[in-house]
Amino acid sequence: MADTSYDVLIIGGGPGGYVTAIRAAQLGFKTCVVEKAKMGGICLNWGCIPTKALLRTAEVYHNMQHAKDYGLSAEKVSFDMKAVVERSRGVSSRLSGGVDHLMKKNKVTVVDGTAKLNGPGKVDVTKDGKAVATLTAPHIIIATGARPRALPGIEPDKKLVWTYFEAMVPDMTPKSMLVIGSGAIGIEFASFYQTMGVDVTVVEVMKQIMPVEDEEISKFARKQLEKRGLKIITEAKVTKLDKGKDSVTCTIEDTKGKTQQLTVDRVISAVGVQGNIEDIGLETTKVKTDRGCIVADEFSRTAEKGIYAIGDVAGPPMLAHKAEHEGVICIEKIKGLDGVHPMDKGKIPGCTYCQPQVASVGLTEAKAKEQGHDVRVGRFPFIGNGKAIALGEDQGMVKTVFDKKTGQLLGAHMVGAEVTELIQGFVIAMNLETTEEELMHTVFPHPTLSEMMHESVLDAYGRVIHM
Amino acid sequence: MPIKVLMPALSPTMTEGKLAKWLIKEGDTVESGDVMAEIETDKATMEVEAVDEGIVGKILVAEGSEEVAVNAVIALLLADGEDASALEDADASAPDTAKPAEAAKSPETKTEKAPKAEAAPASPPPAAAPAQTDGERIFASPLAKRLASMEGLDLGQIAGSGPHGRVVKRDIEKALSEGTGKAAASGTGATAAPATAAAVPPAGIDAAMLELLPEYESVPNTGMRKTIARRLTASARDIPHFNVSADICIDSLMSLRKQLNGRDGADYKISVNDFVIKAVALSLKRQPDCNAAYTDDAILKFKRADISMAVAVEGGLITPIIKDAGTKGLATISAEAKELAAKARDGKLQPQEYQGGTFSISNLGMFGVSSFNSIINAPQGAILSVGAGEQRAVVKDGALAIATMMTVTLAVDHRCIDGAAAAAFVQELKGILEDPLQLML
Repeated sequence: MADTSYDVLIIGGGPGGYVTAIRAAQLGFKTCVVEKAKMGGICLNWGCIPTKALLRTAEVYHNMQHAKDYGLSAEKVSFDMKAVVERSRGVSSRLSGGVDHLMKKNKVTVVDGTAKLNGPGKVDVTKDGKAVATLTAPHIIIATGARPRALPGIEPDKKLVWTYFEAMVPDMTPKSMLVIGSGAIGIEFASFYQTMGVDVTVVEVMKQIMPVEDEEISKFARKQLEKRGLKIITEAKVTKLDKGKDSVTCTIEDTKGKTQQLTVDRVISAVGVQGNIEDIGLETTKVKTDRGCIVADEFSRTAEKGIYAIGDVAGPPMLAHKAEHEGVICIEKIKGLDGVHPMDKGKIPGCTYCQPQVASVGLTEAKAKEQGHDVRVGRFPFIGNGKAIALGEDQGMVKTVFDKKTGQLLGAHMVGAEVTELIQGFVIAMNLETTEEELMHTVFPHPTLSEMMHESVLDAYGRVIHM
Repeated sequence: MPIKVLMPALSPTMTEGKLAKWLIKEGDTVESGDVMAEIETDKATMEVEAVDEGIVGKILVAEGSEEVAVNAVIALLLADGEDASALEDADASAPDTAKPAEAAKSPETKTEKAPKAEAAPASPPPAAAPAQTDGERIFASPLAKRLASMEGLDLGQIAGSGPHGRVVKRDIEKALSEGTGKAAASGTGATAAPATAAAVPPAGIDAAMLELLPEYESVPNTGMRKTIARRLTASARDIPHFNVSADICIDSLMSLRKQLNGRDGADYKISVNDFVIKAVALSLKRQPDCNAAYTDDAILKFKRADISMAVAVEGGLITPIIKDAGTKGLATISAEAKELAAKARDGKLQPQEYQGGTFSISNLGMFGVSSFNSIINAPQGAILSVGAGEQRAVVKDGALAIATMMTVTLAVDHRCIDGAAAAAFVQELKGILEDPLQLML
């Protein structure tokens, strides 16, 4: 280890950490990232990216099974789970290699090992229990991310009860499965396995699946998922798992205390994630934590001067794009750039890649009303859109929520094909603070799914065309 | 290639105009100097003369078209030997805007170098764009603009914290919580006004109030009306006005006038106003501090007195200019004033005849008013309001006497002209008008 002192030291090479490192290097900081596994973190290796690879497989498989709908014939459609997983892993390793390259290109030093704070400004790095280096930096950014949460009594065992790690690389294709939790992770895996022919049941403790989404959108998605064969039980929780040799008997209890039992081959626990705050030496600093996350201010500064926390470990929403943006703001503030503003967490979009996809930004209709907004709501269904019908994807909806008084776009919520690619149009609109007027005056290309975004805005003001 | 006839710029500030009338039609042969069309600006109607000769191949802008951009191609002329097929190759897009009036000779080309006042920001920015006092565009998000107008805030008063200083919602919220950024219109006298007054948009009347008014005829604003509204609003808002008045005995002036007009073979009829124009020009020469214009960087002190005289015309008013009035004789001034007033009433004034004066005179004496105040004709620094000459009881040598008196009121821009200078000017003017033989010197 030639150099041990840096301007900026980042703990964790996930999307938050490595993007911050590149921005730091751009700003002229001598930068180092300590990563204990692979660059790209969970997102790239065990999260966002490899699941998209799996879900793409599921989508193609589904389309092949429905080849007839498109005038094609595909006989004896089948799959090889090993090859499916291999493709997914290949995508991850290609991108992880890409991040390594980006680090080199930007002259960011990557230290392979586990970092542990040793008081302010100092980090000890170990690898396989052996000390590798002691690094110092006036600015240390903690970007250690998060890991699956475990509920008492239903702890994952990696064999019968999986987390996303095992679900990502199945060594077999189960016949039946129970997914606990219907957030983005749970519902994506449920959608994948269900499409691959597994009998999947999802249990959600809240009233609706994807609880953070708009109620109407969630209901719509649920209906579509159920139509495809997914079983969904809401307002219920799994109270007990009885593990057999190659199966698990689950006890599901609803809010009235009524229980039912379900025996499945595998269980996926997707009850959320928690920040990685342990074993990183926080106790040697003044850094405070709260409910499993590091407490940081709007510029990611912790209670200890010179130590910052970004991404999942700094609290929700636990999304890669939030981590990236938070990191960039953090480092730009450290640099003292003009015009650095805290992130507006109300304008962070969220995407779920089940079939149909769900995407949203801003306030749900219920949240908007709860916050005292008098709202105007626009809706437009996929069945009114030419491109959607041509694609054979006529089930979905675009919903927009405006403040009645000011015309501010408060939220946009979508369900249906490719909506995860559409949502950014509304995100830009919200960030530029457009009102309904600019959106109405914007020309949306024809024929595209995006026309539904326009129509939804028009609908909010009683001017919808194709409905 | 056919010759392009371009929309001429009738003044340095003109960006668009109305193509009022075509005096030629397709197929006509035109020669250099032929009048091809009439163009109407907010102030005047102008004739467009042909520079090149040729056959009118195509008229591209229909008669009566409004808001035709300067330098837009309005017609194509076929040069010698060209036939109609050449028109298809012609690119109707505007050529390099740096070369205006290439194909169509506009009156502008004949204009002498504009007086220095032209260099000053002659006209306020268009009303549609939010304007800071220095006339620059304000960048604000659509939501911020809407919130500002709902709350009666002036975006120009609010510091933007968005990218490149863009005013965004949080800036409006900050202004509201701090009580800053109030629009001037709702700010003046707001303490006495009822609370609801703040909600009324400063420009125009709100719909609810309209319903309470009796039946009316709605007369759409002409270009001239809009210009008057825009310029005078800006002047009244942005220029700190103050007034200085004096009563002037014009008995000597009246008798001199009678003598001059009564001369054998006089082909002129000098009016009191002609005397005033001449006297003002002379006073400005003696008190040059009042012949000035204010700009953000400097006070412009003019070396010549070009007197703008307000002429009431159908639908508004216009201020044609007696240039360098100080060097002109009364008869010349009188003749020019008559001609300009007639042209003004006929809408035939050319831009250089009404743009670029250094000092204005408004005379409402013919209506019998004894005195009044005027709003400064920016960028000029002062305007003189002239009341009626009337017999009044005055004290002369300790005794009551009858004299013909006229009250003048000078309104000045305090940014460039101070009280003492304004008073000295009025004193000078009074001295000249009461001893008008000075004008002969």
